[in-house]
Amino acid sequence: MSQGPLIPILLVSTGLFFIGMYGLFTRRNMITLLMAIELMLNSVNINFVAFNKYLFPEKLNGLFFSLFIITIAAAEAAVAIAIIINLYRSHQSIDVDDATEMKY
Amino acid sequence: MSNYAYVLWIPLLPLLTFVVLGIFGRKYFKTSAGIIGTASLLAAAVLSFNTAYHYFLVDGKVNGVFQKIIALQYTWLSFSPGVSVDMGIVIDPISVMMLVVVTSVSLMVHLFSLGYMKGEERFATYYAFLSLFTFSMLGLILSVNIFQVYIFWELVGASSFLLIGYYFSKPSAVAAAKKAFIVTRFADLGFLMGILILGFYGGTLDIGLLIQKLTSTTSPEFINMTSASFLGASMLTWGLTLVFMGGAGKSAMFPLHIWLPDAMEGPTPVSALIHAATMVVAGVYLVARLFPIFSMDPTSLTIVTYVGAFSAFLAAVIACTQTDIKRVLAYSTMSQIGYMMFALGISKQGGEEGLGYMASMFHLFTHAFFKSLLFLGAGAVIHMVHSNEMKDMGGLRKLMPITHLSFLIACLAIAGIPPFAGFFSKEEILMAAFHSNKIIYGVALFTAAMTSFYMFRLYFSIFWSKEAAHHDHHHGEGTWSMKLPLVILSICAVGVGMIPFSSFVTSDGVALETHTDLMFSLAPVSLTIIAISLAAYLYKTQNQKPDQFATAWGGIYKAAYKKFYIDEVYLFITKKIIFPLIGQPIAWVDKNIVDGFVQSSATVTAKISSSIKGLQSGKIQSYTLYFFGGIIALSLLFIYIWK
Amino acid sequence: MDISTIILYAIAACILGAGILAVTSTKIFRAAIYLLFSLVSIAALYFWMQVEFIAAIQIVVYVGGIVVLIIFSIFLTQQSGKEMAKPSVGKILASLGAALFGFLFTANIITHYSWGENPGRIFTVTVDQIGREMLSTTEHGYILPFEVISMLLLAAMIGCIVIALKRTEKTLDI
Repeated sequence: MSQGPLIPILLVSTGLFFIGMYGLFTRRNMITLLMAIELMLNSVNINFVAFNKYLFPEKLNGLFFSLFIITIAAAEAAVAIAIIINLYRSHQSIDVDDATEMKY
Repeated sequence: MSNYAYVLWIPLLPLLTFVVLGIFGRKYFKTSAGIIGTASLLAAAVLSFNTAYHYFLVDGKVNGVFQKIIALQYTWLSFSPGVSVDMGIVIDPISVMMLVVVTSVSLMVHLFSLGYMKGEERFATYYAFLSLFTFSMLGLILSVNIFQVYIFWELVGASSFLLIGYYFSKPSAVAAAKKAFIVTRFADLGFLMGILILGFYGGTLDIGLLIQKLTSTTSPEFINMTSASFLGASMLTWGLTLVFMGGAGKSAMFPLHIWLPDAMEGPTPVSALIHAATMVVAGVYLVARLFPIFSMDPTSLTIVTYVGAFSAFLAAVIACTQTDIKRVLAYSTMSQIGYMMFALGISKQGGEEGLGYMASMFHLFTHAFFKSLLFLGAGAVIHMVHSNEMKDMGGLRKLMPITHLSFLIACLAIAGIPPFAGFFSKEEILMAAFHSNKIIYGVALFTAAMTSFYMFRLYFSIFWSKEAAHHDHHHGEGTWSMKLPLVILSICAVGVGMIPFSSFVTSDGVALETHTDLMFSLAPVSLTIIAISLAAYLYKTQNQKPDQFATAWGGIYKAAYKKFYIDEVYLFITKKIIFPLIGQPIAWVDKNIVDGFVQSSATVTAKISSSIKGLQSGKIQSYTLYFFGGIIALSLLFIYIWK
Repeated sequence: MDISTIILYAIAACILGAGILAVTSTKIFRAAIYLLFSLVSIAALYFWMQVEFIAAIQIVVYVGGIVVLIIFSIFLTQQSGKEMAKPSVGKILASLGAALFGFLFTANIITHYSWGENPGRIFTVTVDQIGREMLSTTEHGYILPFEVISMLLLAAMIGCIVIALKRTEKTLDI
């Protein structure tokens, strides 16, 4: 690879993103849905770090971005779990297709 | 020149009465509605007399010619710089004369109704409608713009509908009101087309300007109108004939006369006001208003003449056979209006030749008084006997002396016996006919004889024929409010003939010298006396001679009794031809296609929306799929297509 | 083909393999463990890229925090040994199609773009540098986002407690 490892890393992150998206479309259990979302967030993290390292080595912006994304992902996962627990209490199930009250 | 702006109050007072009685009458003015209506009309009548006095006797004349004064004018709706619908008041000889006629007859009717309609539940509504009608008629008379005439024309039609259908619980009254409205509305179609033609070619809707433009043979509008032609007749003829069609509908000329006999379903004072003196002469008034233009087109005048003459003759024949007294009077009205029409038709504009115009207006004036008197008298009789049929009446001369005397005066007037009013006006008409068209003169003479015959047939059948049956006499002849108008109108029926009418109302405003030619009058008066004697012979005492006469005439008598089957022809045309062939298909199109289109736009929208709403299923994963799809679409768009 | 490239491919295979297994497994606990493997492989990738600090944070926060949280919630809400319901075939096909299409589309764009890498420049990052820059107020300082994130975490914490609180008679009006 005369161009360096950037493109493979980007391809890995793209693949991971779309794997996560497939999980988002397919999974019926809300917790597994959350897991797929975490995969997507991680792919974005890889992207940021890769760009920072290979295109802009003098700065640290990408690194900080991914740091903050990890933090926020943690907070978001916690809130999501809380919501899932609440939904479980009222619907007795965490199937995504059972929580369709917001329809027409 | 005095300011005639106060004339605005003459139509305005009845309008205000209508509004007040219409809104508050049922609750607050249950019994006092009559007083209010009569009082406001008394004020309007006083104002009209004042106007007439000022106009005719004080300062209407300038250099011996009566001026046309525009008292008020207000541009209401402007279609283009020249053509606009103005609202205004015009004061000229015929409008002032009509003001006097309409307000005085309406006042008499209001007064009479105080007694006749007493105890009616919808008393206030009745007076409200009467005031509305008076307002509309006055507005029509004073109109300065032909479209304004049309507006008030329709208002008159609507108020007449309300009044004819006053007893709305009777199906025959409702049917009669519908018939009157539909027939006159159909005629108004012609009127509107005539207005549009005249307005288009004349370049204006103002009556004064129209007359100015279309009466000089050199004006561009006149040349345009007479050179453009359609199906062989010039546009001027078309315009005027269509306008006359509107007038013929309102004035019950053949063949649009079918509504007038049926309109007798309304209360009798209403018949006296509308179908004797005011609404039915609106057609004559219209032709008289536009007379200078009519006189430029001999074709349309010929049509006016022959329609009028034929209607007069036909109505007289039918009236000889009818047994309902109001029907007789209705046909008599149709006949007299035919007289007025053909008198206009044979007249020319200006000077001696304008005799027909003057005669027609004079006859209108006198006819209003004696015809309303006849109707009110008939009303008093009906009030007493509780029936309209001649066979239920007889020998009433002892029971109702005042009614008897006034009815007799009115019959003498309509028959044309001197010195009663009808004599003078009929003489003028016959003289004008004699000088221009001998055939029309002959028809008019014969019709005059028939008029006397059937009127006195009516008179003798009511007041002489047999001894009065013992009806309940407890309500006698009627209250003073029913007798007073009869007395006043009798005095008018005697006196108005003496008014030197020709010095006031003529075709061009210049006073006309007329005199009674005794040799000429000999023929009609003697024919009249023969007819009266014949009627007395047949009807003064009850005998078999009328029935023998009827069987002798056989088929013709039967046809005349059935009004020559004209109603049946109309029914056939409407029920068998218009309804199934035109009405039903159009109704089908309207219901299924037009309505269907509108409804289908609603159903289509609902279907589309219900199919779209399926997108919002509440399932998150569907939403994410759509979201992703949108992103892909946008990115394709921006990366590959719109660089 | 030097050893670092081979290691890169191995790590990439781990990431993607564990990811695919995480999203397709029918047993929920196994899916959580596959997720864990995937995250650890990502941390290995960070190590390979010589950004050790991020790798450490990844393991500490993601693996040690979030995956544990997920496992807790699995235990709280259902029996972890049970098989999960499979999605319908139509859904699988549609999602597969969408994901594949998206992947190919993006991969096409990525591979055909000249990224302008300059391998001569060296990327060094020390914890010292990160710390200084995080708390500095100058142009490239991240003190403001740092403070905002702390408030966000506070809000998230309180929010979670409130949402997940068991509703008894006393707390119903919250």
